[in-house]
This record gives sequence, structure tokens and C-alpha cells, in this order.
Amino acid sequence: MKRELPLTITAGIGLLMILSFFVPHQVIAVPADFIQASAIIVLAFSYFLGGANLLRVNIDGIYKREPGWIYKLVLVVSLVATVAIGFVEGKGFLDQGRISKWIYDNLYSPMQATMFALLAFFIASAAFRAFRIRTLEAGLLAAAALIVMMGRVPLGNVLTDWLFGLRWLPFPGVPHDLHLSTIQEWIMDVPQNAAKRAILIGAALGVMATGLRVILGIERSYLSGED
Amino acid sequence: MLALGAALALVAPVSAAPPAPQPATRLDWKDVPNDAGRALDLTWVLSPDDKPGLGLVTQYLVERSTSVGGPWTVVDSASAGADKVTDESVRRNTPYYYRVVTVGPGGATPAGSLTGPATATSQWLDTTRASVLALTALFFAFVLYYIRSAQMGKKPFVRRIPGIDAIEEAIGRATEMGRPVLFVPGIQDIDDIQTVAGLVILESVARLTARYETPISVPVSYPIPFAIAQEMVRGGYLQAGRPEQYNPDSVRFVSPEQFAYVAAVAGIMLRDRPGAHIFMGSFYAESLLLAETGFSTGAIQVAGTANVHQLPFFVVACDYTLIGEELYAASAYLSGEPKLVGSLKGADLIKLVIVGLVVVGCALESFGVHGLTQWMATQ
Repeated sequence: MKRELPLTITAGIGLLMILSFFVPHQVIAVPADFIQASAIIVLAFSYFLGGANLLRVNIDGIYKREPGWIYKLVLVVSLVATVAIGFVEGKGFLDQGRISKWIYDNLYSPMQATMFALLAFFIASAAFRAFRIRTLEAGLLAAAALIVMMGRVPLGNVLTDWLFGLRWLPFPGVPHDLHLSTIQEWIMDVPQNAAKRAILIGAALGVMATGLRVILGIERSYLSGED
Repeated sequence: MLALGAALALVAPVSAAPPAPQPATRLDWKDVPNDAGRALDLTWVLSPDDKPGLGLVTQYLVERSTSVGGPWTVVDSASAGADKVTDESVRRNTPYYYRVVTVGPGGATPAGSLTGPATATSQWLDTTRASVLALTALFFAFVLYYIRSAQMGKKPFVRRIPGIDAIEEAIGRATEMGRPVLFVPGIQDIDDIQTVAGLVILESVARLTARYETPISVPVSYPIPFAIAQEMVRGGYLQAGRPEQYNPDSVRFVSPEQFAYVAAVAGIMLRDRPGAHIFMGSFYAESLLLAETGFSTGAIQVAGTANVHQLPFFVVACDYTLIGEELYAASAYLSGEPKLVGSLKGADLIKLVIVGLVVVGCALESFGVHGLTQWMATQ
């Protein structure tokens, strides 16, 4: 029963949600909408669970004076203070002039932006490794990347403007000139798109197969290892 | 003063008010197809005065009532030149009457006629999704067939997936180095199937770490995946026969905020120095932040995602990458269970059907036959 009940609920709701995609009738649509709305409510309550774990793990770390406990203290104080201020300010806590809004604008947003900005440096270091030409494939990748990057900035077009009149490669579907912007457009529209769509189709089928395995109860590891 | 007023009136005569516009005509209704009876389409013929440059019509007001005699309520409006609206505030199976009032600078002209009773009804099948239904049914049939044949002892062949084999290698390396394993199940909630796939892989990873007696750390970004991840890790330790080694704190809730999560995971990488980083799930801009930070620590890294735009970052920064559907195949591959492996064969077969449809569709389009393309187009 400990296994059968969750499996039955999963199968029933899963099939209902699949049906709701094809059947717009209220017999299916109304319960499907209700289940989706219920999921939001369950999700809201689950935050208590997450918050409790966060507090327990970090307070425990502070109590045991684990390495970096001071950061855990900052985290706990920030969490409790933000939630408390939000509760006190109530509805409209993000309106102008509220403390929650100040926290959002002056602490939260800059910290988010700082983390995001690190991406610029990481892209540079990753690109440096990616474009080291050691094999034929790596060489093709580097050449394609160079063309796309140069073709998307005015400098690339300025450098290759003189080639615009030359009509080369007279094959169907292949750009007729060596203008970088045209070639990069072709790379993005044809080979890049073809590979991307192949991955997307495969992934979509993987999604369906995984969903079907869960609905049919074949994939049941999420019920834990107990029988 | 009177004389001055009379003189001004002669110099600048008051312009005559424009006439009220002629009414819109031939108001008609149609039930919106393929819905749950929640909308009605209304169309009319524009007022003869509704012409560019005339300025005699500014808008049309659509009024609704449940009886011919009113009372009428304005439910929608359309600017001059528009001859249709969709009323999405109706109740299904309720008869309504509609009329259109034409409004201009000269006043509002009531409709010459009304339409009704208009009733929104629900349909049993969304015909625009018939092609999806047919292919889904075919796909399910293939999967069920291969699962059935696997149950009867015919284990299908599945090619080696180096990225999945590398997971065990990575855990082995971490064990040799005496360091923990870090597992990141993506940054999306449980409604993203990639998170589900990542969590299913987590169980196999936890089983291996339990077998090798290597600690595992799983930072999770949403509460529901957090609860499931705890179950998965516990299940893995149970299956490995070492339930006493399970540490409930090995799975921790961090934050649903993208970059707060990144900061926390990067901190774990730099402080705890795990020997292996396994990223399996849905990733966005944080993919490179995590993978590059992980690379700088010298850990062996295995990643898997179906988010196409993040794949290049993982390919560059990780030792092995599961691409797209390999992520979903991983749990079946790792478990080796015939029923799960059978479902992979069903997916392979439907891929052949899709390839066939693409080829046939291209050929038909080339000859100007659009039937298949139109049937495949969904809304």
C-alpha cells in the first residue's frame, strides 16, 4: 500500500494531465486546472520545509563553530530579518519607500548583478580553452566561431566588404559570396540550427519516455528504496 | 461688449459638431473552436463612416445581455477599423445577446441590430493537436511494446554512453583522493522533467558513493526537489546495504534564486574541494559559472542537460557531457533494468518515424503539397 497508493496517484494525475492537452472539454479541463492550482499551493507550503532545513543546517554549523561559521551567521540573520521585515510591512512590501524594497534594490539586485558579471571572465577563460586547436574538429569549431563572431560585428564586414562582389560556391543553399555576415548567417541558420533541432527532438522524446516511465510506474526510484 | 462679441462671432464662427456615425451592421458570432466553452468570436461590418482620415468613428463598444431586452453591459471595445473581438468572459452553455455601439466625436450610435442567442460550448477534442495525439499514441505503443518484450526476456541492445560510464569513474577518483562527491540536480523545480531525470540519476550516484563509502553533497534549489533528493540519497544508501552511513545533512536546501544558488555551490566547491562534480538537470546562465569554478579546483566533472544553449559551456568546461536525450537515458542505462532499457528502444523507433516524416514533408512541400505540413502544425 505504501507503494501502490503513490503509484496510483501518479498514474491517475499523469494521464489526466496528458488528456488535458488534447481534450479541452470541462470534464477534463476543470480538474486539470484545479490540480495545477493545487500544485502552486503545495509548492508555497513546501518553502517552510526548505526554510526549516536551511536554518537547521546553518544554526547547527554556527553552534559547532564549523569553518566559515561567521558566514552562516550572516545568512541566518539576513534570512530572518528579510522575512520579518516582509511580514511587518505586509501587503505592498515592495512599494517605493518600504524597507523590503530598499533591501531588494540596494542589496539583492547588486549581489545578483555581481554574480552574473563574473560570467564575462568565465566566458573568456572557457573560450581560451575551447579554441585551442588540437584536432580537426577543434579546428573546425574555432574557424566557425571566428566567422560567427567576426560576422556579427561591423569590423568583420568592413574587413570583407571588398569580397562582396565575388560570386563563389555556386551550390544551392550555400552563400554565394564571402561576405562574413552572410556566411555567419548561413552557419547559424543551417548547420547550427540542424544540430540544435536534432538535440531538441531527441530531448523531447526523452521527456516523453521519462514521463511515460513515471506514469506507468516503471520508474519508481522517487519512492525511495523501501518496499 | 455685445457689439464686440457679435463681431468676434462673425470673424470666427463656431464650427458645426460632426454628425453621429452611422452604425456598424451585420454583427455575427461564432463559438471559439477547440476550447472549454470559454470564449465567443464576434464580427461585424464596419460603419460606412469608419474610413481613414474621416475621423467620424473612434471606437466600437461591444455590449452583452442575457435577454433581448437588456440590461446591456459593455464587455469589450475595439478601436476604429477593427471588425472583430473575442469575448473571453462568457460562461459555457449560457445564451447571450450582443450588440455593437459605434462611437465617434458626434456621439454614440446604438446598433441597428443585435445577434444571439450566442452560446459557448466545449469540445471533446482539440483538432489542431490531432497530429500530436497520433504521434504520441504511436510513441506510447512503441514504448509499451519494447517494455513488454523486455519483460519477456528480450533485453534490447543499448550503445555505450561514455558520459554515463564516466560517473562511476569520477566517483572512484573522488574516493581515491579521499574527497566528497558534489551532485548538482539543476536549478529548476520539480515541474521541469530534467530535474526529475537528474534526481533519478542521483539515486544511482548515491548508491555508488555508499558502496565506496565516499561522502556526497547535494545542494538543491527548490523545496520539493529537496525532499525528493533526500529520499533518493537515502534510497541509494539503502540499496547499497549501508543505511547507517546516510547523512541527512548531505542534501541541503540552498535557494531558488539563481545566483544565490551559484554562490553557495561555488563556495562548497572551493571550501570542501570535492573530487568529483556531477551536474545533471536543467541549467541556464549559471552553467558556466559552476563548471568553470569546478574546473579551477581540478575536480573531474560530468555534466548533463537538455538545455541546448548551455551544452557548449559544459562541453568546454567538463570532462564528459551528456547531451540532450542522454540525460533521460541515464537512469535506464545506470539501472540496467530491462523494462527501463526497453523504453529507450521505443524512443529510438519514433525517431525513425520523425525522420521519415521530415523527409516526406520536405518532398511534399517541394512539390507544392501542403497537406502534411498543415496537419502537423499545432496551436
